[in-house]
Parts: sequence; structure tokens; C-alpha cells
Amino acid sequence: MAVTGLRRRPRVISDLAEVISDLRTPRRWPKLVLRLRAFLALIAIIVVFTSLSPFFLTWSNLQVMTEHVAIYAIMAIGEAFVILTAGIDLSVGSTAGLAGMVVGALLDQGLVLHPLGIIVFFNVPIVILIGLGVGAGVGAVNGTIITRLGVTPFIATLGMLSFVRGLADLTTNGATYPNLGGSAHDHNTGFAFIGTGELFHVPMTIVILIVFLVVGVFIAKRTVFGRRVYAVGGNDRAARLSGIRVNRVKMGVYVISGVCAAMSGILITSQLGAAFPGTATDYELNAIAAVVLGGTSLFGGRGTIGGTVIGAFVISYLTDGMVLVGVSEFYQLLAQGAVIVTAVALDEAQRRRLARATYVQVEAVTGVSGTDGVQQEAPPPETLAQRVVAEAIGREGGS
Amino acid sequence: MIAGHEPALLRAEDVSKVFGGTVALQNVSMSVHAGKVNVLVGENGAGKSTLMSIFAGLQLPTSGRVLVAGNEVRMGSPRDAGALGIRLIHQELLLFPNLSVAENIFAGNEIGTFGRVDLGSQEDRTSDLLTQLGQNISPRTIAGDLAVGAQQMVAICKALSHNVKALIMDEPTSALSAREVDALFRVVRALVDRGVGIIYISHRIDELLDVGDLVTVLRDGRVVGNAVAADVDRSWIVERMIGRKPAEMFAHRPRTVGKPILTVTRLSVPRTATSSAVCEVSFSLAEGEIVGIYGLMGAGRTELLEALFGTAYGAVGQISLEGDDVQDMSVTERIRSGMFLVPEDRQREGLVQELSVKANVSLAHLSSLAAAGVVKRQFEKSAVQSLVGQVGIKVADMEDPVTSLSGGNQQKAVVAKALMTKPNVLLMDDPMRGVDIGAKSDLFSTMQGLADDGMAILFTSSDIIEVLGMADRVLVMAAGRIVVDLRRGQVTADALVAAANPHSLASVGA
Repeated sequence: MAVTGLRRRPRVISDLAEVISDLRTPRRWPKLVLRLRAFLALIAIIVVFTSLSPFFLTWSNLQVMTEHVAIYAIMAIGEAFVILTAGIDLSVGSTAGLAGMVVGALLDQGLVLHPLGIIVFFNVPIVILIGLGVGAGVGAVNGTIITRLGVTPFIATLGMLSFVRGLADLTTNGATYPNLGGSAHDHNTGFAFIGTGELFHVPMTIVILIVFLVVGVFIAKRTVFGRRVYAVGGNDRAARLSGIRVNRVKMGVYVISGVCAAMSGILITSQLGAAFPGTATDYELNAIAAVVLGGTSLFGGRGTIGGTVIGAFVISYLTDGMVLVGVSEFYQLLAQGAVIVTAVALDEAQRRRLARATYVQVEAVTGVSGTDGVQQEAPPPETLAQRVVAEAIGREGGS
Repeated sequence: MIAGHEPALLRAEDVSKVFGGTVALQNVSMSVHAGKVNVLVGENGAGKSTLMSIFAGLQLPTSGRVLVAGNEVRMGSPRDAGALGIRLIHQELLLFPNLSVAENIFAGNEIGTFGRVDLGSQEDRTSDLLTQLGQNISPRTIAGDLAVGAQQMVAICKALSHNVKALIMDEPTSALSAREVDALFRVVRALVDRGVGIIYISHRIDELLDVGDLVTVLRDGRVVGNAVAADVDRSWIVERMIGRKPAEMFAHRPRTVGKPILTVTRLSVPRTATSSAVCEVSFSLAEGEIVGIYGLMGAGRTELLEALFGTAYGAVGQISLEGDDVQDMSVTERIRSGMFLVPEDRQREGLVQELSVKANVSLAHLSSLAAAGVVKRQFEKSAVQSLVGQVGIKVADMEDPVTSLSGGNQQKAVVAKALMTKPNVLLMDDPMRGVDIGAKSDLFSTMQGLADDGMAILFTSSDIIEVLGMADRVLVMAAGRIVVDLRRGQVTADALVAAANPHSLASVGA
């Protein structure tokens, strides 16, 4: 019955209608809070800090804070693609650090070609592209370890977190590249512009964030690749049986994550005017927190790029707000840790809620309870442990 | 007539179970007698599992009573059932493969004091139990290292380590070799001699008649037969199991069959290092032909389809699709060559639950609906819409999550996804499983329409009616081999069942 075309409304409107109808039904408020959690948290943060400091809600402060948001948000957009495939990328902070160092080296020292005894300086756009290429390279290594060697994403990228940070340190043995200004002679001036400049009175970092957001949303929503990302994260067996080359998709998301992380690292370096190897240490936690807070499931298949950016606003405004009202740095760490755990706990709550809703739906529609199985003659429900056990001893393959 | 004067060990009286709107069991009464093998038989969906779950305390009946030794009981959990001496041996055994035999038997029930486990006593008791069953297994062996038959013995020992009066065995032989079945039956006999009442569930009718004392046949949630095993034969059971005539269920119409399109030569799939799930199978499939594969659990149907589609690990043999050898191709390439598999478990393998109906249907064919990697939305919408119409998916809005569909419509969505790729050969693994009657007939008419247009369809089923009603040609698989290859009309229900039961078992007796 293809009645679809007749009563089609844009998703945004039907979503909004759903939110409004939920608002009218107190029973559905928990669901609503879960769904809009990042947005509500952002409002709460703005309200609380505005009442604590008269400077919080000023145009100049919002602009400064949003430039900080951009750093986290760009990194988190890449992380979101990885998490949508049910993976994780812990190496983004280190990747940002390495990209910053490579860019710093190219601007400060140039590319030294020992055999030829010459030093090559590239102009700024090329340097930035090389920096992004380094990020893509780290992502490709992550992807290769995960898809070819079968190492779980957590361990693979945990290893790379350490390895890549080590590479960043090795570029200078831990020292900083202090002079990124370039020289007119080498045609490589102007690096500061992307981190601190303005385009039509909008800070460049925010312009770049908007570009990454738009491209990210487009990839996720409109491209074949984006659809496959959701499919792989939602059910990789079904994706494989639909002819999707799951490993290619996974490779793709780690490369995207590496490029986004590198962009963040380059922006930080540009803002600081110096490249130091410790850049973006621990930023992976904020990136992951932004993704999860933004409503993306750590189990894959569910979430949005837009939500991720809202999540980054929450994390970043919270940090900056605490700085503004003079909360000690140590309390800031406590707060960030608490936010991450809370975000994941909320995600878990939402997942259970969804699972229950599906279960009830299945029962109602097929007239078969989960216990008897949607499949006929299915075994009684198993706990996860039982299932693992059953699978380990080799399920009856048959039919 | 069967029971003596003393009350049955375990009895369901007028038990009904309703799930949502569907009646799984309707006024079922069954007695389980001590010292007897009480056989429960029926097709998939007849209600065997539900009745077993009620006996094992996994579910409560919607109405009716459960009696233990004449007293009404309420068993809300397996623990309640266990306290009354009723134990279930799950078909999949559920052992811990990383623990020793003794640790498995006493898992959750360890012997010891103050949290210290007395391994010695556990091993001694395990030895006793295993000896009683005539098994020569060391209590220290790691369970995962044992053969399936031996694991079964461990599961039985685990049940016996408690006070057990009634033992429910769900398809205990489905993964066993003939020799292991023989050993199992000896143990079953020994238990019966000790006065244990066995509830024995199986599809293997010849085997049931060998080991059983009393037979209860279920169909569509009702008891349709009750007899002493010695008084009945296979045809008696088959007749009651299937009830209806195949022609009443499916409106089959004859078709002319074209030239062969898929040729399979000596295809094998290993199950373990020493045994095969599919063994040297050869057959061919012609354009416009609907071929059904019937077989019991473990016969190798799923593995055969997986091997054809390129997802079975270690498959060897020749598969030729329209003259091209596809054996070395990946799944993606096979789809491109014109093959598609509708998998057995649509939740785990067929659908991406998080995505909409539309995104699921277009998933396998997205690149053709896109330009430069960007999905052309109008294109996608109209392509999905026409398929939704063709297979008759009942959906209000294609953007709704696929999980909002009923089971039958979800299955239609998987079929629509398959058809999107325009296959010449459609493989369908148990396509009617968990699908309501209306959707079954829709699906079958879709299949016939596709075959009329020249598509070759290979489906599997463990439902006799489905195979006889839908297929132009019937293959029967048993123990990994194709044992019957006959045209529609040349094969009867009785012959089908006889062929599907491994013959080596016929001689194994009590």
C-alpha cells in the first residue's frame, strides 16, 4: 500500500509536532528529556552561568567561547562518524597534536631535503593540506589495524593515542616551534589568519566549523557513504549481506576522524601562534563526550552530526563558564568527568527505552512475545552471558 | 487410558497461552508420567516451545492449571520449577566452554563453605554422576574440548546433580552423530528406569518412535493426537502434524521452466575439522523455477544457501551462475552477478533496525540510485515506492523505522531490498518463518510473479506444507546431503519426512 506520497511532511515539522505532543503528555516527559538532553543542558548552562557572571552572556564572550567550541566540535564531527559505525577513536587528541607539529615544522623549519641539501618552504594552504593529510594518514593506519588485523577499535586507537603522541614529541624532542609567522621571502605568511582572522566579521574558526558541519551533515544524510555508515553501525551483518564492503566503510570513517582531528590541531596551533607537542592532550575525552551527549549511541547506527555539535557547545561552554566564574581547574576536571559518565548513562537509558518500545511493538504486532521469540520455536530469552556461551560452544548451525 | 490411578507426575490442564492477539496454546492438556518418555511433536509454531516453557517455569499460562503430582502449582521462574524437580536441558546446552566439567555441573550451586569452593568434592560427585550414566569423562576436562554428545551428557549430569523428577529435553539429538544418539538413548532409558519422567521434544519422527513411550501431537496450539508410541506409526503422526492439504494453503500455478541458470557441483561446507555441514551437494536451478529445500534442524540447509551466497567459511566446490564461476567472488560481486540471499534471521541479518523502511529497502542498491556518491532522493523514493507496492508492504510512511512494521511486513521489506538489486537467482532461507498467514500468501504470490518473469528461486523450510505447497521441485536434505530431488506431485508428505530422518537412526532402539 504505497500511500506514502500522499501525506508526506518534512521530517523537521513532523519531529517538531512530535516534540510538542510529547510536551503535552507528562508521561512522555522522561523520553523528551532524554531526546533533547544536549539542548536542555546547553540552556541550563547558559542560564546558570549568566546568573553567576554578568560577562557570560555578552557578544564578545560568546564569540570567544564559540571559537573554542569550534576546536572541539570539528574533532567531534569526525569522532561521530566513527562512533556511528560502533567504533571509537581515542587517538584524535594525539592526531591533532601531530598535525600541529607537522604544520609548525613546515612553517618554522621548512622541509629539509638532506640529500639535496635544500630546504623547501610551502605556502600556507599547502601546509594546511599536508597537515590534514597527516591526519588522514593516522586515520588510515587506525583503519588498517582495525580491519586488517582485527584489533578492536578501542585497543587499536588506544595504542595509536600513545604512538602518535610519541611521534609528535619526536619531531622536536619535546620542544616547541615558536615561529609560525613565515616570511615574505618564502611566501608562507598568514598562518595566523585561519585561527584568529575574520571573514565578513565572522571569526575564521567559526567559518571553518560551519563548513565542517555542513559537509558532515551532507555526508551523513545525503551520500551513499553516509547511509552505509549508519547501516554498518546498526547491523554490520545485514550490511555485509547487502553487499556493503564493511571494511571500506570503517576505513573511511577513521580517515574522516583523522582529518577532522588534524583540522582541530591546526586551528589550535594557529591560535597559539606556536606548535608544541602536547597540543590537544586529553581532547579525545571531550570529543567522545560531545558525540554521546549529542545523542549518538555508542552501539552505533543512531545519532546525528548536528547533535554532536550541540554536544560540543555544552562541553565547551561548561568549561569556559567555569573558567569565567573562577572555578579551580581541578573542579573543572571533576565536572568534565561527571558529564561524560552522565552522557553515557543517559544514552544507555535511551537505548533500554528504545529496546523496550520495540519489544512491546513486536509483541503487539506479531502476537508473539519476546520470550517465545519472533521466530517460531525460538529458545527462551537468553542473557548476554548465555548467548556468548552458546555462541562459543558453537550454536547448532542447521536451520 | 494411559495413566494408572496415581496422579501424573506433571500435568497441564486446559492450558491456554495468548501473546498479544495470537493464541499460542488453546486448551491444551498433557500428562507427563514418571518412568516414561513422553514425546511432544509438532511442526514449527505448533506450540511445543510454549508448552515446554510453561512446564519449565519460563512462562505462566494465560489460563488453565499446571499440576505437579496432583497439586496445582504456580511456577513463575525456572527456580520454582527446579524446586519441584523439573529441569530443562536447553537445545543449545548453555555450558561454560572455558570451565571444567565439574565446575559446569556445580556452576551456581557450588559445594563449599564461606565462598571457598571445594573442588575435590565437586569432582568426586561429578565422577559419581558420570559413572552412573556410564560415561568415561574426566571431571577436569574443559567443557569446550568435549564433543557435542559428551557436552550433552554433562548437561544431563548438571540436571541430575539436583533432585530431578521430570527432565525436559528440547531437540537433544539435533547436533549429534548416530553413535552419540545411540549413547544418549541408553542414558534416557537408564533415567526412565530410575523413575524420571522425560519430556522429549524432537522433529525426528523415526527417532521419537524408537525412544518414546507416549506421544502427544500438537498443531496450531491444540493437542491433535495422544497415543502409546507402540500403537502408532510415522504416517499417523505426520497426518496429525500437518492436518491440512498443501493445496489449501497456497494457490500454486504451473509454469514452464527455462534453461538452467545456476549449477552447483560437489559443494561442501565444513562444520568442524572432521565433519561437514554440507557434503558434496550437486544440483541445478532453472529460470522460472521455484525449488524448495526441506530438511530438519542441522541438515545443512542454511549452510548450503550461505555457501551459494559466499558467506559460508571454507566452502569448496563449483558454483556456476549463467555460466560464470562465482565460487571465488565476494558477496558484493555475487550480488552484482545477479544473486541475492534473504537470510534466515531477518532481525540479525536482514534489517538495519535503526534505519527507515526506505533506507532498508534501498540499502543493497544505493550506488545505482546515486550520482557521484550522492543519493538522488526522488529516484530512491520512487524506486522504493514501486517495490513497496510490488511486494505489498503495509506501511503508512516509508520514513518510519523498519521496526514499526509487523513481522510479515519486515520480511517483505527484506524481499523488497533483494528485488531492488534485480537478481536472477533469489535464495530465501526459511522465508515464511514467523510470518502470519496473510503475509505468507502475499509473499508466495510475489514469488510466483517473479518466477513467471524468469527468476529462479531457491527457498528452504522445515514446514512440510510450505515445501509441498510452494515448490515446483522439492529437494530434501539430511545430514548435509541432498537425498531427494523430485518434481512437485511426485512426492508425498510421508515420503518427505521419511527421507529427512537420518536412516542410520532407524535401528537404534531402546
